[in-house]
Amino acid sequence: MAHAYTPGLKVTDQVWLVKERILPLKGDVIVSKGDRVEPDTVVAQTHLPGPVEPVNVANILGVPPEDIPECMLKKEGDPVKKGEVIARSASFFGLFKSECTSKIEGTVENISHVTGQVLLRGQPMPVQVRAYLRGEVSAIHPSEGVSVAAIGAFVQGIFGIGGETHGEIKIVCADHTEVLDDSKIGPACEGKVVVGGSLVTAAALKKAIQVRAKGIVVGGFDDRDLRDFLGYDLGVAITGSEDLGITLVVTEGFGQIAMAQKTFELLKRHEGKLACINGATQIRAGVIRPEVVIPKDIPAMQENVPKPEIAGLAIGSSVRVIRQPHFGRLGKVSAMPAPLQQLESESSARVLEVEFDGKERAIIPRANVEMIEEV
Amino acid sequence: MAQKSMKPEDIKVILATDCGSTTTKATLIEKRDGEYRLIVRGEAPTTVEAPFEDVTNGVLNAVGEVEELAGRKLLDDNGRIISPANGNVGTDIYISTSSAGGGLQMMVAGVVRSMTAESAERAALGAGSIVMDVIASNDKRLPHQQIERIRRLRPDMILLSGGVDGGTTTHVVEIAELISAADPKPRLGSGYKLPVIFAGNKDAVGPVKETLAEKTDLTVVDNLRPVLERENLLPAREKIHDLFMEHVMAQAPGYKKLMSWCDAPIMPTPGAVGSIIKRVSEIEKIEVVGVDIGGATTDVFSVFQDVFNRTVSANLGMSYSISNVFAEAGLPNVMRWVPFHMDERDLRNRVKNKMIRPTTIPQMMEELIFEQAIAKEALRLAFVQHKSFATVLKGVQQQRTIADAFEQSTSGATLVNMMTLNMLIGSGGVLSHAPRRQQAALMLIDAFLPEGITRLAVDSIFMMPQLGVLAEVHPLAATEVFNKDCLIHLGTCIAPAGEMKSGKGSVMNYEIELPGGKVEKGSLEFGTMKLIPLGTDEKTNLPAMAKAVFEPARGFDLGAGKGAKVERTISGGVVGVILDGRGRPFVVPTDDKMRVAKLREWMLELDIYPKAALERG
Repeated sequence: MAHAYTPGLKVTDQVWLVKERILPLKGDVIVSKGDRVEPDTVVAQTHLPGPVEPVNVANILGVPPEDIPECMLKKEGDPVKKGEVIARSASFFGLFKSECTSKIEGTVENISHVTGQVLLRGQPMPVQVRAYLRGEVSAIHPSEGVSVAAIGAFVQGIFGIGGETHGEIKIVCADHTEVLDDSKIGPACEGKVVVGGSLVTAAALKKAIQVRAKGIVVGGFDDRDLRDFLGYDLGVAITGSEDLGITLVVTEGFGQIAMAQKTFELLKRHEGKLACINGATQIRAGVIRPEVVIPKDIPAMQENVPKPEIAGLAIGSSVRVIRQPHFGRLGKVSAMPAPLQQLESESSARVLEVEFDGKERAIIPRANVEMIEEV
Repeated sequence: MAQKSMKPEDIKVILATDCGSTTTKATLIEKRDGEYRLIVRGEAPTTVEAPFEDVTNGVLNAVGEVEELAGRKLLDDNGRIISPANGNVGTDIYISTSSAGGGLQMMVAGVVRSMTAESAERAALGAGSIVMDVIASNDKRLPHQQIERIRRLRPDMILLSGGVDGGTTTHVVEIAELISAADPKPRLGSGYKLPVIFAGNKDAVGPVKETLAEKTDLTVVDNLRPVLERENLLPAREKIHDLFMEHVMAQAPGYKKLMSWCDAPIMPTPGAVGSIIKRVSEIEKIEVVGVDIGGATTDVFSVFQDVFNRTVSANLGMSYSISNVFAEAGLPNVMRWVPFHMDERDLRNRVKNKMIRPTTIPQMMEELIFEQAIAKEALRLAFVQHKSFATVLKGVQQQRTIADAFEQSTSGATLVNMMTLNMLIGSGGVLSHAPRRQQAALMLIDAFLPEGITRLAVDSIFMMPQLGVLAEVHPLAATEVFNKDCLIHLGTCIAPAGEMKSGKGSVMNYEIELPGGKVEKGSLEFGTMKLIPLGTDEKTNLPAMAKAVFEPARGFDLGAGKGAKVERTISGGVVGVILDGRGRPFVVPTDDKMRVAKLREWMLELDIYPKAALERG
């Protein structure tokens, strides 16, 4: 099968990125092509239809459903105010009146003479889409949104939580192997994207929220801490909508795993610069990985940044082992035998030989490595 | 769809594909020496998503691999499938199934959750759909919450049911009003209205049309619960298949082209698997359970008392959903199957790492054992869900005589009866590709806990979907290939049901006359397992048969009643006959030392893992 290895996560110093910024429903685009935008710039907005409030008018008035149209004081499409009488019935020669009032401000959407139910629609809710990146509006999608283009450094993570945010990069660990514990978090982290080494502890994460850091980028995270942090055991990797006061981007995996040195060095080179991060992860059809984008302030944007070519796995390729027994180790492919080989688990699989640190060699199933894309 | 009026007996070459969400599989079947056999199989990545966005690319790549392996030219210079076959060129028919792009995703609605809504759910699941949510008048959600939910879901289609014919119309119209207020949009393609099938009270057709005809693409079929005592699911199921072809498939990239190539309608993959399971049950007149455990979901199919049921456990799987299995089952339930100790923190991280890198495979024996322990729990949980869904109709008043007064059965009791179950078929990577077939057998036994005499089998290369469609066009070919090439017969599990409080003693005496005359005879002790080799017939490749006599101890039942003798011809397989004396209900020893010792004992007896690996742990 063609997909014999996991394509690697991208870590690159300069890439041309285009992000679609699309409204959930049709609306207004409020920027023009070529406009320079900041992460907080509103690029499009619309109104979502308000919530629906069903009112069982027949029950409230004590009349059969087929009489409802006669009792209604409002017709479909009419605006109503909170507390306004929308239907009235009169009985016993008009002496006793029953009334039905609206609980919300909105419009009458539907009147049913079958069920006696009236549907009221609340006020529309405004929705805004922001640029997320510092860059340029590269395309307009009329009534839907825009494309924002940016040139910048780019780090793809493996797992994250929390949505889009941005802040200046602050490195708090001496190197890519150091654990980010709570002693390294202080008031200076407020509004910052904090970069750690091999692991972020639960206490550090909690403190980062207290000091109002915007995000954390780190090599590993313990699943037990994730469960405590989320308040539930994450079953399926679909994240991004959590509202926990911080965005987390994990670059390597679960457990204590040193951040790839190249990733750490890249982030360190950009300390003090703006980073736009998103923890959204989806590992199913249409994979979404968390990311760190460090947009560069280039006066005239142009699409001539070389696009990375995705090469296949070959002898000499740099790889990361993504399963035990060598989980997290980096090395170079030193041999790629063609025939299937039997593993310790007695499964037969296609394998490759990886050389670690130019010395030790190990046989690993091809499915258990991912390429490190050298761009 | 290409129309072909070929007589079944003239069909000599069959090409079938299954477009899965990640892989497209192609199989070539030919009639050789008077019987249909699988010739080769090829596969290629599915090409529904960008940058290809045309499913036929993947189909042609997979067919190309079949061409190379079989030495048969199947594609012409324009990349079209050559038909009919002529010598070493072309195929007589081409058929396909699909679950690419997320398969068929539906929302169903009914009035009472346990009655019409459940019948609607059964119809949708039986048609091969994933049911995203079930909306009912009594589902404990407030109307505005239901509307919000419907609006957010974006299903491929909605099946609306409710009310028996001639009954009250109010409630079902109320649900129609909620759907109308939500104004749901289809998942794929913005240019068409969402298909809604109404299969409820015929008296409500008028008001439902009034409410939904403008906003949705409404179709009306016969009520799927015309009276409380009877379901009529076929019209709804057929309409779901039609709409799947017309709307969902037509929206997926490249499917119009693929549909024009096929000689039979494209079926949703699980629908096709269900069709072949039903067929096996009909032909052999047996009760069957089939399970397909995938990376994200586990499907369970069953036929008990001639009633077919299917359930999909959306978040029980071995890669994307592995973490959910762990969360739902809980650590102690997973670890009870592992014959050594592991650190919890490390285990949790391993499970999550598999979730975020789902294509990795266990390299070490310890990891394989742990993954198979999780598989047992995923299968067990999926079967629990299945048992609670595969029930006799709920809400039906039952006439009782004084003789029934002591029976505890109620309306809505499960149809699943492990004692009458004849055959258990497993499919999916963890079962089909287990390094030792014994492992697949033990996973099935531990997860499903069959009682009495039950045949075990696995699908060798996940051919069931293609054979499901083939069964619609050419039942004979489908059956022959299913028996000879698709199924790997593992053997038979003999498990007397009963408990032994003392924990010691014999649960049954057995006498099995093996082919060649050798007789295996003995007594099975409580809490033990025993493997008796009984393989396959070398000439036919079908399971070898043996005459057997079992005499369960008092209090133990093998299907004929407690303590009653059973004489039966039993079938073998690549594993053999497994005597399971652990009793039913089966409980893993709670004492940790005892548990580990027992697991090792059973695993060594059945040769599940190498001795060294068990001792090392």
